[in-house]
Amino acid sequence: MNRFAALLDKLAYEPRRNAKIALVADYLRLTSDPERGYALAAMTGGLMFPQAKAGLIRQLIAERTDPVLFALSYDYVGDLSETVALLWPAPASPTSQNAPTLSAVIKTLATAHKSTLPGHLTGWLDALDETGRWALLKLITGGLRIGVSARLAKTAVAELGGLEPDAIEQVWHGLSPPYHALFAWVEGKGPRPASDDPAPFRPAMLAHAIEDSDFGKLDPADFTAEWKWDGIRIQAASGTDSQGKRVMRLYSRTGEDISNAFPDLLDAMTFDGAIDGELLVLREGRVQSFNVLQQRLNRKVVSVKLIAEFPAHIRAYDLLVDGTEDVRPLPFTERRRRLDMRLAGAVNPKLDLSVLIPFTSWEQLAAARAEPATAGAQADADAVEGCMIKRRDSPYLPGRPKGLWFKWKRDPMVVDAVLMYAQRGHGKRSSFYSDFTFGVWKGDALVPVGKAYFGFTDEELVQLDRFVRKHTIDRHGPVRVVTANAETGLVLEVAFEGINRSPRHKSGVAMRFPRIARIRWDKPTGEADRLETLERMIETKSPHG
Amino acid sequence: MFFIDPVRPVERALITHGHADHARPGHGSVLATAETLGIMAVRYGAAFAGATQTAILGESLTLNGVTVRFHPAGHVLGSAQIAVESGGTRIVVSGDYKRASDPTCLPFEVVPCDVFVSEATFGLPIFRHPDATDEVEKLLASLRLFPERAHLVGAYALGKAQRIVRLIRQAGYDRPIHVHGAMEKLMAFYAGQGIDMGEIVPVRAADKSGLKGAIILCPPGSLQDLWSRKFPDPVTAFASGWMQTRARARQRGVELPLIVSDHADWPDLCRTIRDTGCAELWVTHGQEDALVHWAGTQGIKAKPLNLVGYGDDGEAEPAGEEPVVEESVVEESRA
Repeated sequence: MNRFAALLDKLAYEPRRNAKIALVADYLRLTSDPERGYALAAMTGGLMFPQAKAGLIRQLIAERTDPVLFALSYDYVGDLSETVALLWPAPASPTSQNAPTLSAVIKTLATAHKSTLPGHLTGWLDALDETGRWALLKLITGGLRIGVSARLAKTAVAELGGLEPDAIEQVWHGLSPPYHALFAWVEGKGPRPASDDPAPFRPAMLAHAIEDSDFGKLDPADFTAEWKWDGIRIQAASGTDSQGKRVMRLYSRTGEDISNAFPDLLDAMTFDGAIDGELLVLREGRVQSFNVLQQRLNRKVVSVKLIAEFPAHIRAYDLLVDGTEDVRPLPFTERRRRLDMRLAGAVNPKLDLSVLIPFTSWEQLAAARAEPATAGAQADADAVEGCMIKRRDSPYLPGRPKGLWFKWKRDPMVVDAVLMYAQRGHGKRSSFYSDFTFGVWKGDALVPVGKAYFGFTDEELVQLDRFVRKHTIDRHGPVRVVTANAETGLVLEVAFEGINRSPRHKSGVAMRFPRIARIRWDKPTGEADRLETLERMIETKSPHG
Repeated sequence: MFFIDPVRPVERALITHGHADHARPGHGSVLATAETLGIMAVRYGAAFAGATQTAILGESLTLNGVTVRFHPAGHVLGSAQIAVESGGTRIVVSGDYKRASDPTCLPFEVVPCDVFVSEATFGLPIFRHPDATDEVEKLLASLRLFPERAHLVGAYALGKAQRIVRLIRQAGYDRPIHVHGAMEKLMAFYAGQGIDMGEIVPVRAADKSGLKGAIILCPPGSLQDLWSRKFPDPVTAFASGWMQTRARARQRGVELPLIVSDHADWPDLCRTIRDTGCAELWVTHGQEDALVHWAGTQGIKAKPLNLVGYGDDGEAEPAGEEPVVEESVVEESRA
């Protein structure tokens, strides 16, 4: 446990992704089974301890500390696990040789009766050092937010055996902690685990953004095009297990199992196989905006009311598995033909096909992209964020292979806004002011409408940073307030993908995916856009302010 | 009439130690230890006060019919507690203090008293500072792990920086240690007091990229500033008692927190208050509430003094911190 705790502690302070992967890989290399397998389970979110609640921890610390001192400490630290880890009184005789292993903790928690839990927990907290206590409490309360995603942990596993991360994904869902077979395989001591999951995740194929210069090199006859829907890219997989039971799972683009959040979709797949598609919310057959979909996402409890109000839907793009046949090596047009047949066979209100856009020249496709409403998307045109261009003969390959799939997004919306506040970035950027809050005019005052921390070049970042340092007029903690009035200030051209009303923002509007497109050193602040312009964009969804 | 650590110029000041929030220039006369007077001269120039008088540790002086005596406080070089006695009542003003060992200054001495005046910088029970030797070992371990990366260590220029240097030397590291320009004079002053700093090399702008695998000490504010750029792939360390909580360390972008404090942690605050046998406790600056509450549970009458103007000695809570050297560094980067 102490070694796992030391790893978590190091990860918490390491901002760089590659260094995090190296830390995790080192730990996995130097730690034996089953300890490392449980650590991997903890990092990939594969462990749940429903009995170990924050209430129990509060009760244990309350028995050991003055309530006023605890309250003042908690108030200062702001995190229950860390407060308790720091406050826990050292036992009269140190018992660090009795520090539990992670495996012992996990096994005990899985089997212990609720009444014995306080005793176990007390014994562990007495035996661990501060970092160990912190990691233990984080682990059992499910708050292991340590800046390590499941994907990153799997990448570290892959690194042990010089494999691609996707090779791990391919077998992942058939495995369970402590992953003996997985480690044996990546270290060359065992066979590749046969993934016996009837509905496993297959790594998604991604597209490159198309450049203007690409069109001259690409023959339109080699490609098909379809709408790029503004939802959540998902994979729906279904199969029949050895007992004859049908299993359906819904995965995010990165392989996270999100089935539990969408019980209304679990019978949408009426045939065995796997499809790649977009998760949308449809009301009376009409695709709703991303803003509406967002209200359905990240809910802890999925109520009947939520499902009725935000009915989920899958719009299918591609077929990866047909029955039990892996069709990924087949050309896109052949997969599409099979997908079409599968969907045509079943009338299914929760699943439909994403239509192709007919075109014979890039000019024709450009026209369709500019006016989706008259090119097949019709009343759903607002939910189109551009088009996808796919080579007819492209196999379905994991990752982002070159030259096969392209995305051609609609031109972003653009406004001219005024820089108002700046904050330092993280990691490599910690000496730069790189997080910028910008505003537009409301009456004769500026009102903040968004925050952007990318879009600029390194060279531009140096210039922005210099501007912030020279024009600071006030400071609030880490935030610098810069000169911004009708006479002086800096205008930023901000590009964004969408805009919606938001009661949570002071300005009443929220932008999607804002970034700094250009720095308008030349433009007087008085000529920056007004809030009314943004409000009009919400009405019309017009790309230019 | 005299004042201890006054925040405004006064006719007669008694100074506990050389940190800027306690030792300010412009007093009519200053009574302090020889080291503190030396530090004030380094910081403010020889004419920092109208007149100076050296206090000898343990020797009584009589001022306006009141007996005054200085005792070591263990905070930084020259730091002292000041015991004031009149009519059979003894008040000890401890200034800032710590009980942990420090190779650059005399250890804290318990002075029994009726009223103890204590700081409370780390006055919460979550603060239990580990052995500083182990913390410095973390720095050296990181250096072994990343021999190509410059290790920038934020440390307050008076006291902390020199203590870190001594701890690094005691751990057997004998290569040159590089320091930010703002630290040069005080490093030299400590060396002049017979504290062996080893080879100390000031950082010049042009050398930065060549400092692979070097240890570089700088004021905490410089860690995130323009000054810290151009070092080869730096590891950012910060030596401070505040590094005990993860959120504070991460807020400052610190990758290698070193929990080294020149103030007493919670157990030492409590122990010291008990050791003095005081009947009454006055708390000056820091987390007063918790310490006053604790004293109450021990049957000690306690009150916060709610003083304004203390606590910006670099150990104070880093809020909207900005380094004093920023403007000059901006000039440097333009050049």
